[in-house]
Amino acid sequence: MRSRHVISSLDLTRDDYFRIFELADKFSNVKKLNYLSGKVISLAFFEPSTRTAQSFHTAAIKLGADVIGFESEESTSIAKGENLADTIRMLNNYSDCIVMRHKFDGSALFASEISDIPIINAGDGKHEHPTQALIDLYTIYKVFGEIDGRTFALLGDLKYARTVNSLLRALTRFKPKKVFLISPSQLKVRREILDGLNYPVIETENPYDVIQDIDVLYVTRIQKERFVDEVEYEKVKESYVVDLRLVSMMKKDGIILHPLPRVTEIDRRVDKTANAKYFYQASLAVPVRMALFYEVLGERKDD
Amino acid sequence: MISSSKRDELIVSKIRNGTVIDHIPAGRALAVLRILGIRGSEGYRVALVMNVESKKIGRKDIVKIEDRVIDEKEASLITLIAPSATINIIRDYVVTEKRHLEVPKQIRGLIKCPNPQCITNNDVEAESKFTTVSIKPLKLKCDYCEIYITEDDVIRQIL
Repeated sequence: MRSRHVISSLDLTRDDYFRIFELADKFSNVKKLNYLSGKVISLAFFEPSTRTAQSFHTAAIKLGADVIGFESEESTSIAKGENLADTIRMLNNYSDCIVMRHKFDGSALFASEISDIPIINAGDGKHEHPTQALIDLYTIYKVFGEIDGRTFALLGDLKYARTVNSLLRALTRFKPKKVFLISPSQLKVRREILDGLNYPVIETENPYDVIQDIDVLYVTRIQKERFVDEVEYEKVKESYVVDLRLVSMMKKDGIILHPLPRVTEIDRRVDKTANAKYFYQASLAVPVRMALFYEVLGERKDD
Repeated sequence: MISSSKRDELIVSKIRNGTVIDHIPAGRALAVLRILGIRGSEGYRVALVMNVESKKIGRKDIVKIEDRVIDEKEASLITLIAPSATINIIRDYVVTEKRHLEVPKQIRGLIKCPNPQCITNNDVEAESKFTTVSIKPLKLKCDYCEIYITEDDVIRQIL
């Protein structure tokens, strides 16, 4: 891989993505391997997480690594006033890789400047979540057999959703036909993300205008915790609901993805449709993260 | 007939030793003084000319400060709000050095990231770091949270 750290989707090349997909295929049905035996992986989750933390934990165990760390700030010395830099220095001494989730934007990059061992960004504020983008793209790859040439739509909170930023950036390594960005005007994708994209992007507010063209509908939750102003949240919290009517207008083989957790933005009756792939998507998290660990920490011929 | 440059000289006399900051965009002289931490009580003899004619930039401000040198950090900050400015070092009434300022490619620790959720506002060791995206108009990008900031944001921080 080009970079030892995985802070942004842009740290991975197109070849990196495909190599990780191939490895994920290989790791899909294995019970346990010893590829990372003797390695210690730190899970530094300064912000609450269930599925991301657990899937990283499972991936590490399945490759034979030992796992240390924490899953909330309260159980760490941060609660006593220790700064992030010192916590990273400490974990740096104990382990071979740090998987980090943190509420502040840019915290993963800051940690990578301090750490001698690889940092994997498991979500930094509203900035990026590159391993989720890996899972998203792997799901599309598994369903369609390819990523290039597809029409995408990202729906919901496109301003504060870090998974959206990472997915949009990851798509620069592929050749999407076009990407619709569907959001209320207050929650449009931030300019600094849009500026780096190299494929056609169309912003709109109404999913019904474009639903019939879409191969991949990526739905996000409007995240209360990211809003500084609660009044702003109240105005937009239920802007979109993906319901059976909307889904009935999709292409027959179009798919719906969601990084989860889902609240009200997808009607539960949609879960039973053939288009709903978000639980399948979640099931791919462990092999993808095993593949990434192997890429970052595994023995390689060029080492 | 008195030329415009002569008229300006009549407003402010020459200084013996110190610094003349010329070609400041009109109306920005007070912000330049703010960058230099000059509020009037420090004892420096300071002369300020605002909104005078300039062949180069239309209208300009000039700041003259006696017995005061400008360091690199101050010069970098001045470039952000007055990219056209020149700094002239005066010794015995003569300009001994003329510095044309350039907006640096990277700006470290000089300005705060306006994003309260940026790590640089939340960890004692995280120093702000901006990369210059464009000079005209000024656009800087935080290396950590990637937020864009403009000249107005910089001026707001200074004033």
